[in-house]
Amino acid sequence: MSEIALKIDDKDIKVPAGTTVLEAAQQAGIYIPTLCHHEKLEAFGGCRLCIVEVESRGWTSYVVSCLYPVAKDIIVRTRSEKVDKIRKVIVEELMSHAPDAPELVKLAEVYGADRNRFERKESFCVVCGLCVRYCDEVKHLNAVGFIENGAERQISFIPEVAKNVCWECQECFALCPTSYAQAAYLLAEALAFPGHRKVAAARAAQKPNKSRVIPIAAVPAGN
Amino acid sequence: MPKLQSAAELEKYRAGILAKRDPAKPCIAVCAGAACDGMDSATVAAAFVAEAAKLGDKIEIRTTGCHGYCEKGPNVVVTPGDICYFEVQPADVAEIIAATLKGEVVERLVYKDPNTGAKAVHMNEVPFYKHQTRLLIGDNPNIDPMKIDDYLAVGGYAALVKALTTMTPDQVLDEVKKANLRGRGGGGFPAGSKWETTKNAPEKTKYVIVNGHEGESAAFMDRAMLTGNPHKILEGLIIGAYAIGAQKGFMYTRHDMPRLEKHVRNALAQAAEYGFLGKNILGSGFDFECELHFDVGIFVSGESSALMRSIEGHAPEPRPKYIRTSVSGIWDKPSNLNNVETWANVPQIISKGAEWYTSIGSERSKGTKLISLSGNVVNSGVVEVPMGTPLRTLVFDIGGGVRDGKTLKAIHFGGAMGGSIPADLIDAPLDFDGMSKLGAPIGAGGLLLMNEDTDMVEIARYLLDFLVKESCGKCAPCREGMPQMLHILTNMTQGKGKPGDLERLQDLAEVTGAASLCALGKTSPDPLKSMLRYFKPEYEARIPASSGDK
Repeated sequence: MSEIALKIDDKDIKVPAGTTVLEAAQQAGIYIPTLCHHEKLEAFGGCRLCIVEVESRGWTSYVVSCLYPVAKDIIVRTRSEKVDKIRKVIVEELMSHAPDAPELVKLAEVYGADRNRFERKESFCVVCGLCVRYCDEVKHLNAVGFIENGAERQISFIPEVAKNVCWECQECFALCPTSYAQAAYLLAEALAFPGHRKVAAARAAQKPNKSRVIPIAAVPAGN
Repeated sequence: MPKLQSAAELEKYRAGILAKRDPAKPCIAVCAGAACDGMDSATVAAAFVAEAAKLGDKIEIRTTGCHGYCEKGPNVVVTPGDICYFEVQPADVAEIIAATLKGEVVERLVYKDPNTGAKAVHMNEVPFYKHQTRLLIGDNPNIDPMKIDDYLAVGGYAALVKALTTMTPDQVLDEVKKANLRGRGGGGFPAGSKWETTKNAPEKTKYVIVNGHEGESAAFMDRAMLTGNPHKILEGLIIGAYAIGAQKGFMYTRHDMPRLEKHVRNALAQAAEYGFLGKNILGSGFDFECELHFDVGIFVSGESSALMRSIEGHAPEPRPKYIRTSVSGIWDKPSNLNNVETWANVPQIISKGAEWYTSIGSERSKGTKLISLSGNVVNSGVVEVPMGTPLRTLVFDIGGGVRDGKTLKAIHFGGAMGGSIPADLIDAPLDFDGMSKLGAPIGAGGLLLMNEDTDMVEIARYLLDFLVKESCGKCAPCREGMPQMLHILTNMTQGKGKPGDLERLQDLAEVTGAASLCALGKTSPDPLKSMLRYFKPEYEARIPASSGDK
């Protein structure tokens, strides 16, 4: 594959064609913030925090680096007044859901975001979709999906599937930037298949070596 | 009906249709467009049919698509003479038929000027119609959309014949490029360039698509076209497919319009029966088929990449278009998508040529534009005028001005993703680029008139309230930014505005516009931006002057 030469933050870089700007930056040790990105998953372009300024033939545009393929002689600026402002406002928007999520707190410091700037929302989910996409693309289980549209969009565990697979897996819980995924799972369990934890504990006893995000204690005797 | 195998067979068949029609025989066209249908034009049409049946074969009754003058429906047009009757009720039917047979006019049902009382009998005298140039919608009263023969009788599919038999695909493309046909769906992007991109894309399998997913608030012209004259759009699509080298087309439209669905289904079946779709069309060697596809009831389905996802069978979620859909669209194949009205323009460009086409319109926007006129206007309806027509003509000469004797405050274009301009810009010409610069891009062509009583904060709130429910929710700036703007605007309309609200609104509008994934999010703050540009004092007045809270 042919090599593409481009500039990121004044650094001359050469990467194979087809590389995204985010990958190119990471390879060159240049940091671009991300929230919904995960190397095992297809690029999603949902959180928009990885937005960068691209100058090409005199035209400046704003693109999300996780999806934008490198092109010959483009000049990428990973920070600018406008880029920083976009990131600041997006972090402020997401903090209306999850004001204490560590990744957001860190970004808020960098971009001067005010966690109280916008109206608080009742959900702790920032809809990055890591759980949904991981369950689909890596685990091929689809135990969790998106429901509703627009501002109402949320994640939801599908009881019929989740009941059989989630305790055994739990891998998405660790991916979640706000710890909401496991809360959503436990809510689904309480609503649709309460007491399932007992079954899970019995199953876990047979596979003692598997580590879990939520440790499964044996069910106390006499219960 | 046996398949038409050649251009000659089509022309012979067409001559046969015309020979059977006596131009002197009166025909009564009853509008069954959405507005007239809502006013029970079906009962009026049934009464005409029953009354005409009593007379044998003296008079023809035709149920048609939208005539345009929605305000005064149910609309009836009598030919020959194009005598227009308005607000026709079943009780008027016998009188109209009797007068028609005697060559007379029912005076009490013709147009009467509300100010002068002057009457107008013929279509070209009625003020609503006489300032229009009805190249696209003008055929509607002459066509029963369920009858392909009606379309053939007005010269339908002759442009397809011309393209297939006398032009190469490159020549067809060239003609459309020379005509400078610009996309009518909102962007105004040159259709010819888009076609060329798909044509030149390396993949052999290519698709063409009619975007009939009209969902913009206050826009109802595509529906009038597609329901009233489906073959015109289909003919444009087949010509486009020939130029581009596409083997398959999709008509993508709304699932919730039963009449539209019926007409389009029927049109596709008839076109296949006659041989305008399928293998070896009219003996030309060109193969093309077309499938009908429906949305799942969300506005963002009309966004081109979401629409293509939907055709693939996925949820209609937009994809970033760093690689254009014209290169990699449905199933990653080059896919050319144009709006209903864009396709409807194609047959006449081929029939009459680019030179004729470019003689109509403004310098950079050619042809005519369909406009849905509504809001506080005297005459609501579907209107067609040359590009470059001053808004004043649309609003006053055609629209009859502001309803109830009020004054005009603002003109809003482009629905929830458009913009509002103040009344003093009324002499601006209807032009893609000019209107965009003013902050009220034409969009698909929904024009909303607002009178002096309109609360511009409430309008922005109302439009955002619509879009919030129509976003898919994939990307953060759209999903989070819109509800936050809506929240602030709602507070302002309820007297709960706070210092800092305007800055918050401006930041949210800027970031949602700059960082959203698709056009829905990117343009969602446009109405608000236009209002902060022209009507800012109204917004400032909603913020209390002194309060410590920020």
